[in-house]
Amino acid sequence: MPAVQETVERVRRIDVDQYRYGFETLIESDKAPKGLSEDTVRFISAKKNEPAWMLEWRLEAFRRWLTMTEPSWARVHYPKIDYQDLYYYSAPKPKKTVNSLDEIDPDILKTYEKLGIPLREVEVLEGVVRPEGERRIAVDAVFDSVSVATTFQKELKAAGVIFMPISEAIREHPELVKKYLGTVVPTTDNYFATLNSAVFSDGSFVYVPPGVRCPMELSTYFRINERNTGQFERTLIIADKGSYVSYLEGCTAPQRDENQLHAAVVELVTHDDAEIKYSTVQNWYPGNSEGKGGIYNFVTKRGDCRGRNSKISWTQVETGSAITWKYPSCILRGDNSSGEFYSIAISNGYQQVDSGTKMIHLGKNTSSRIISKGIAAGKSQNTYRGLVSAHRKATGARNYTACDSLLIGDQCGAHTVPYVEAKNSSATFEHEATTSKISEDVLFYCVQRGLSQEEAVGLVVNGFVKDVLQQLPMEFAVEAQKLISISLEGSVG
Amino acid sequence: MTRLGMMLRKNVMSLLEVKDLQVRVEEREILHGLSLTVNPGEVHAIMGPNGSGKSTLSHVIAGKPGYEVTGGQVLFKGEDLLAMAPNERAAKGVFLAFQYPVEIPGVTTWNFLHAALNAQRKARGEDEMSSPAFLKKVREVAKSLSIPQDMLKRGVNVGFSGGEKKRNEILQMALFEPAVCILDEMDSGLDIDALRIAADGVNALRSPERAMVVITHYQRLLNYIVPDVVHVMSKGRVVKSGGKELALELEESGYAQFEDAA
Repeated sequence: MPAVQETVERVRRIDVDQYRYGFETLIESDKAPKGLSEDTVRFISAKKNEPAWMLEWRLEAFRRWLTMTEPSWARVHYPKIDYQDLYYYSAPKPKKTVNSLDEIDPDILKTYEKLGIPLREVEVLEGVVRPEGERRIAVDAVFDSVSVATTFQKELKAAGVIFMPISEAIREHPELVKKYLGTVVPTTDNYFATLNSAVFSDGSFVYVPPGVRCPMELSTYFRINERNTGQFERTLIIADKGSYVSYLEGCTAPQRDENQLHAAVVELVTHDDAEIKYSTVQNWYPGNSEGKGGIYNFVTKRGDCRGRNSKISWTQVETGSAITWKYPSCILRGDNSSGEFYSIAISNGYQQVDSGTKMIHLGKNTSSRIISKGIAAGKSQNTYRGLVSAHRKATGARNYTACDSLLIGDQCGAHTVPYVEAKNSSATFEHEATTSKISEDVLFYCVQRGLSQEEAVGLVVNGFVKDVLQQLPMEFAVEAQKLISISLEGSVG
Repeated sequence: MTRLGMMLRKNVMSLLEVKDLQVRVEEREILHGLSLTVNPGEVHAIMGPNGSGKSTLSHVIAGKPGYEVTGGQVLFKGEDLLAMAPNERAAKGVFLAFQYPVEIPGVTTWNFLHAALNAQRKARGEDEMSSPAFLKKVREVAKSLSIPQDMLKRGVNVGFSGGEKKRNEILQMALFEPAVCILDEMDSGLDIDALRIAADGVNALRSPERAMVVITHYQRLLNYIVPDVVHVMSKGRVVKSGGKELALELEESGYAQFEDAA
């Protein structure tokens, strides 16, 4: 079935205004008392059996956070968040100590099954041939504040790859965590990152040793379940010399009338000749058609190309969240290092997106590429905000940026805010931007050929985002394509 | 009765019947009671000066939004065409070849054609066509019209020349096998060679079951697509109908003589 047809099918089957992942799992949970204080930070650290240095690190961040003010420069509007009215830690109450997947609460397993996330490792019998194109993906599932399962641990261990919840890594690999945590996004970085540093509860940790090509895709699946709970996950990925890893991240949350906060921090480090490919399909609950509810997604993602010839590539498909504030960035420190940012940001209803990237060229002959596709529908506002800068010593820095916006309907807005700074005269920066509308003429042409209005929009949009979709691993690309159509459901009158 | 007379006679079950059609665009009446009957196998030419309502007629038949029908009716095989959504009309067999076909970047021509064909088949309760079967069919059709295969792989009309765009319209016409084809100013923007190629494509699709309505400003196109009936439109009405010789007469004397008749 051609991809377009698939999209079309999907649109047809889905009801308007239906967020498929909006269900809630009724499960007992273990929560920290509401509100935020040093005690909350101590509570979380104690829950995780953290060493003293980690608690100190958190407290320092917390004290710093108290002195900071919430940023207001983004083109997003929301009522003031009461940070004392949130839960900062929520974990499903374990029925007993969990040693293997079979002992995980069946309700949680069911939740992930419903979400289509495979937590059970499928046994591969000898001699059984795997259908072509099917690849195995190791999954780390994070439910509210804790990681509930990480699959394929043994196989990864055999390859020398460490893939585990960061809370475990703090205990089991303190030397690695200490060496890298906060070195890309310092605890002082920004309001939300600092908050995350104080209260983060879980997330994924990946270390790929020198020369190793990670034998499978790694994936983390984030789920916010609990009411009034913030999710503050922390992800740290290190690709040592000459290694490679592809990492996928997916997110959903139940449908609720109140807003929920998600303030994550992701740090990536690549050493000489190493590469990290980081893909996100973000589908947090966007709020209902009147703009009620939805996730506030205030995320700091940054990669540091620390070594020579290293590479970091971000690909994101953003369809969910009431508000998105997110700029996955690359620091191109190593000579000849390169950074990529491929993004599809879709907003519908009352969603507000302020997203983009920063490419900081520090080393010699560094290159970066930015392809951003923003699609605004309904009454949404969609802003691309990006920085490309070349340091004084960054001779031969090159950047290519293309920002395209597509408007559907006449009540939405698309905005492009590029910042370009070149302190080295040998830098070559190119910037292209277009804004277009799905015109009546295009829609009429499609319906005259037999397509419905919605099929036509799906088709045009999929064409518009094709360059970026091609960057995603195949399984994700298919999912993303479906998501795009669903997100735009009901966008044409 | 002459052949022409037979054609103009009211037929109870003609393919397309436009009866006393009145259409407004933003409070301004464009068509003031237009009537037209098209039977299977016939090729009708509609000629007229700019602003006479030719394109409005084609848009209303195809169902383009923005037009208000204030009176009259359009029947397709006896059914009320105006009550159907535009994509339903397409599935029933109404095809409009656009004067200015749109570009759809990132969507390959063959992917677009496959999605459209399956949408039509589905609407008619037919099985969808699989990718391999479709690919085979579209290649055959393209070959029969001497359309290069690589055109199918390119984005819909993206970077196509005027001639290529028109040939893409004809390719779709051949693929969808509609009962009525309306060709809106097919000759605009084509040089004489491109025009001949496009006209050959159209002629190849003439059949005893299929009717064509050729809308044009100039007689030139009708040298290549020879019509059975020629209608002259002026100020929102058909003011004169006749055989193909009427087109030549117009070429000689222009439209001015009909201005008063309207």
